[in-house]
Amino acid sequence: MGENGALVHARDLVKQFGDFAAVRGIDVEVRRGEAFGFLGPNGAGKSSTMRMVACVSPRTGGDLRVLGMDPERDGPRIRARLGVVPQQDNLDSELTVRQNLHVYGRFFGLSKAHVRAKATELLDFAQLTDRAEDEVEPLSGGMKRRLTIARSLINDPELLLLDEPTTGLDPQARHLLWDRLFRLKQNGVTLIITTHYMDEAEQLCDRLVVMDGGRIVAEGSPSELIGRYSTREVLELRFPPGEPAPEADLDGLCDRLEVLPDRLLLYTADGEAVLAAAHARGVRPVSSLVRRSTLEDVFLHLTGRTLVD
Amino acid sequence: MTTDVTTPASTGRVLGPVRASLIFVEALWTWYRRNWRATVVSSVVQPVLFLLALGFGLGSQVRPTEATGGLEYVVYLAPALLVATAAQIGAFESTYPVLSSFKWQQTYLAIAATPVSPGQILAGHLTWIGVRLGGSGAVYLLVAAVLGVLTGPGVLVTLLVAVLTGLAVAAPITAYAATIESEGQQFNAIFRFVVMPMTLFAGAFFPIEQLPAWIRPVAWITPVWHGTELGRGVVFGGLEWLPALGHLAFLLALFAAGAALATRNYRRRLSA
Ligand SMILES: Nc1ncnc2c1ncn2[C@@H]1O[C@H](COP(=O)(O)OP(=O)(O)OP(=O)(O)O)[C@@H](O)[C@H]1O
Ligand SMILES: [Mg+2]
Repeated sequence: MGENGALVHARDLVKQFGDFAAVRGIDVEVRRGEAFGFLGPNGAGKSSTMRMVACVSPRTGGDLRVLGMDPERDGPRIRARLGVVPQQDNLDSELTVRQNLHVYGRFFGLSKAHVRAKATELLDFAQLTDRAEDEVEPLSGGMKRRLTIARSLINDPELLLLDEPTTGLDPQARHLLWDRLFRLKQNGVTLIITTHYMDEAEQLCDRLVVMDGGRIVAEGSPSELIGRYSTREVLELRFPPGEPAPEADLDGLCDRLEVLPDRLLLYTADGEAVLAAAHARGVRPVSSLVRRSTLEDVFLHLTGRTLVD
Repeated sequence: MTTDVTTPASTGRVLGPVRASLIFVEALWTWYRRNWRATVVSSVVQPVLFLLALGFGLGSQVRPTEATGGLEYVVYLAPALLVATAAQIGAFESTYPVLSSFKWQQTYLAIAATPVSPGQILAGHLTWIGVRLGGSGAVYLLVAAVLGVLTGPGVLVTLLVAVLTGLAVAAPITAYAATIESEGQQFNAIFRFVVMPMTLFAGAFFPIEQLPAWIRPVAWITPVWHGTELGRGVVFGGLEWLPALGHLAFLLALFAAGAALATRNYRRRLSA
């Protein structure tokens, strides 16, 4: 399978729309059986990359292998073995839930009997059995999302591409989906996920890259990234609106200081100690919170932005 | 860490081009089985009403002349209505349904992520229109036969001509619809300034010899004129081989050019 067993192998991959470069030369290597994440703010180039991997968007430059094949030459053969959840649902809203699965499976050369059995299994997987015979149009956004995900599994894909799979889902549905994705991974399905949610990336991804402006700005496992780009703990201090934050008073107390519109973030190994020291210097925040560092902090450090804006 | 995992092989496989298009037709048939009622009015009821109102009603005032080939007007009109209706259906099926598949519902984008290619999607779309035209045309002929306005089984060849005419209209309009990014206001202009005048003035209801001489060349480049000339010729006779082949060639060429353009546009839009 491709270079050193990678399911996806990209070198200096470029995607250009006219004069505008959405992806500016990225290197990616996704191994069999892992869950790989693309993180990044709006417009970072995540979806553009996913579409190239899905073999529905030709690359402008660089090298790309998916399942060991070249998308340009073997697009249909690669697509036959992929599952794709696009960022925007594209179900046939005038068909029933079950018909959407039937019809889609047939495009993968599956027999009617096979598709029928598989659809029943997937409806159960996505907890949509009750709604199987209903038209898709009036379903809630979360149900449509679950159906799109179920549909992507109709051909038992070896590589599943999920572009913001849980956007628009309520917390319960997100956890259900995480559980399902985890099960797929256990069964040996390789996952590529884009997300804006740090907790999702931390929960699901073995490895991830942070993209910004079409480039990869960091790469590693969630804990590696936190270790490399952040401190163990973060102290968050809030001050009354309109009152200037006393940044100067906090000088030298922590490794790094981020000023957000509504709060200060103090990066340190020991949050409680810094809080006590700040108090001693007369700093009086409205509220304070000591927490563990997350990918959100890594992201903020790397891009200077919060992820969900 | 994870490289020793064995993945079960996917069950998906690549379909041959013909199979792929037929599966596309099957998908639309699944849709049609739920939604066919909405199409009956424009496909069958409307041409039958035209046949009753213009053929029997107005036609009763028309004396059989050389212009109608010596036939009763309703008999003269029946095969042409089949062709003109096919042109209308072909036009409609290539406008909003195509735009929606690209833009609103994005079902084309969903299919493009399967092993099926953009060209196969287009082939499936046109095949489906052909099937639709054949089906609704057959129902129309059944009604016309019951009304006693058909002269013989030769009209089945007219049905083939009608399907070809509908496709010759559908292919170029599909090519155009595949380029539209807006909400499709342009389609109204197509219906108003192309499809409607073509239906009324290009020889279906009266011979184009009745038109002022200067405008006749416009009728000559419409698929409806070629379709009705050919469609009438095969049931009523009186059409020489050479013009017949000319009409056929025109319709085939229009279809082929439209399909080639549409293939390019589908590829462009579905693999951007
Ligand atoms: N078909 C296209 N034509 C022109 N520009 C495009 C096209 N698709 C994407 N872009 C541009 O490429 C850039 C990257 O878009 P992309 O959708 O890959 O970002 P993303 O990381 O998925 O963002 P989001 O988190 O908002 O989904 C954006 O500036 C976008 O406007
Ligand atoms: Mg995106």
